[in-house]
Amino acid sequence: MRVPWGETRLVQGNEAIALGALASGVNFFAGYPITPSTEVAEMLARSLPQGDGAFIQMEDEIASVSAVMGASLAGARAMTATSGPGFSLMQEGIGFGCMAEIPFVLVDVMRAGPSTGLPTQVAQGDVMQARWGTHGDHPAIVLCPASVRECFDLTVRAFNLSETFRTPVILLSDEVVGHMRERVTFPKCEEVAVIERPVPETPTEWYEHYHPTPSNVSPMATYGSGYRFHVTGLTHDRQGFPTRRRDEVDEKLARLKAKITRRLDELVEIRTHDVEKSSVVIFAYGSVYRSALAAQVQLAKKNKRVGVFRPVTLWPFPDMETKELLDDKDVVIVPELNQGQLIHEIERLTSDSVRVIPVQRVDGYELTPEEIVSAAMEVM
Amino acid sequence: MPAQLPYEYKYLRAKKKFPHVWCPGCGIGIVMGSIIRAVDALGWNKNDIVLVSGIGCTSRMPVYFDFNTLHTMHGRALAFATGVKLANPGLKVIAVMGDGDALAIGGNHIIHSARRNIEITSIIVNNYNYGMIEPGFDTCRLLDAAGAVFVARGTVYHVIELDGLIRQAMEKKGLSVVEVMSPCPTNYGRANRLGGAVEMMKGLRDGSVNAAQAAKLSPEELKGRIVRGVLADREAPEYTELYADLCRRAREKASEVDE
Repeated sequence: MRVPWGETRLVQGNEAIALGALASGVNFFAGYPITPSTEVAEMLARSLPQGDGAFIQMEDEIASVSAVMGASLAGARAMTATSGPGFSLMQEGIGFGCMAEIPFVLVDVMRAGPSTGLPTQVAQGDVMQARWGTHGDHPAIVLCPASVRECFDLTVRAFNLSETFRTPVILLSDEVVGHMRERVTFPKCEEVAVIERPVPETPTEWYEHYHPTPSNVSPMATYGSGYRFHVTGLTHDRQGFPTRRRDEVDEKLARLKAKITRRLDELVEIRTHDVEKSSVVIFAYGSVYRSALAAQVQLAKKNKRVGVFRPVTLWPFPDMETKELLDDKDVVIVPELNQGQLIHEIERLTSDSVRVIPVQRVDGYELTPEEIVSAAMEVM
Repeated sequence: MPAQLPYEYKYLRAKKKFPHVWCPGCGIGIVMGSIIRAVDALGWNKNDIVLVSGIGCTSRMPVYFDFNTLHTMHGRALAFATGVKLANPGLKVIAVMGDGDALAIGGNHIIHSARRNIEITSIIVNNYNYGMIEPGFDTCRLLDAAGAVFVARGTVYHVIELDGLIRQAMEKKGLSVVEVMSPCPTNYGRANRLGGAVEMMKGLRDGSVNAAQAAKLSPEELKGRIVRGVLADREAPEYTELYADLCRRAREKASEVDE
């Protein structure tokens, strides 16, 4: 399987993730199969060996995320893919990646939970798990595709962000987006930017694996490069050695936070449709965003104008954009395939004068445009 | 400080990380010494060695070594090590684990690493602290059954023998295991009234036999004794070499399709 640069093809969402990863130069995948994410692994199992990349099926998801981090430290552009139960098993590893500042991409194709749930129907139940699933204060970058082409584009972006910010990046897809097939025109090779991690230029004896920089991200040596360094999940100093000194602990944790919060403009991405002109706005993400767009068209036919606001980056949440664009609205309708996760962010960021209305479905089926339309008709 | 430092210092982050965290009478430092002597005997370059550990007393070891070092999550040393080795098969990968790390929380990973036969030198420092909370089992028989190509057991009392076992394990192509019996006078020893460090070392001396001696003893005579030495040594294809071969065949097949 090669990236069909510049061609138009009928492609599945998960397949587009594998192609995006290949376009991005992925050369290591470790995983454990779980529907609805397995196609990503299957496709990379076939294509990685052709380019001397490594594919390995591990004994479980804990081992998978661990192997991915080991590979990244040895210089690989590494990823894994999973779904709800496997995502839960990977949570400790995500925290290790945040703490030790190891770049890798984790794809979670969401299915209905909790537990084994409704295998393997759609849900959006992992939104908060993607943000807060691992313990302790930690950075999180989570991107959410809504189309097959975006599966490709956001996988490329996920790799670039993870290498730029030296942190795990989660691509939070869902079963509908993952298994859907769409006609996709792929970009030309030269249109896709691939960003590599910054590497150190300092003499080996001066190297600090966690050197503070204006960007809060330190250049990163890899094992075997001649820079010998220590990596630990213990809170560590600039060299990576364990510390309990308050100044060093504070510096480390503040930097982990600041590397995200000071560069929101590079991370936050939203799409809006008619938001400024509408007093009623639908806030939707992932596959539900597609229903929201269809609902907007159906409502327009009834002479009802609504806007659609979609976060492409779920975390960090677009706080500023939400306040700016939604705080003067009469109604914000929040359709989600869960019992209310991102709706609380809207409630947090808007005044009491804004009515925030949930439209929720948790039976493993997609929210239809009609369900969103009828919620809108009740308030318009 | 002597004018001439012992050669072991060459392999340690001597100025940075000492004194170490271990209790008086702990055996882990002796295992460190054996690792250094084995690496030195083999002439390995420090830049090529990746020393990986999980969580626990033994897993504190990497921070003191001047290698590429990786102190990971509880039980996951071999999973991280697998990623390192597969991403860069040229690296010499060593995993050090305690008995709980390797056999309880990480038991799944060690079985599957042995099944896979990926070239990682796995050193399990067994101080019985995990065995204290449920009946222990024969680590070496487990890993022999799982297909590890080299399985050996030593003790921190028999240091010269241990140096050799670790060196042999490092030379072995594939997943090699050395279980090192080691005293913990602070926890296991105290809780089980086994005396202090000296008494526990004497226990290793008197309570163990080497594999050749063991072969002459009946099962009754062997009961409760530690059997030392090389317990399994076989040849099997190594994972990264098999994988490189698979890549070569996949490339050939892909280029045939292109033609």
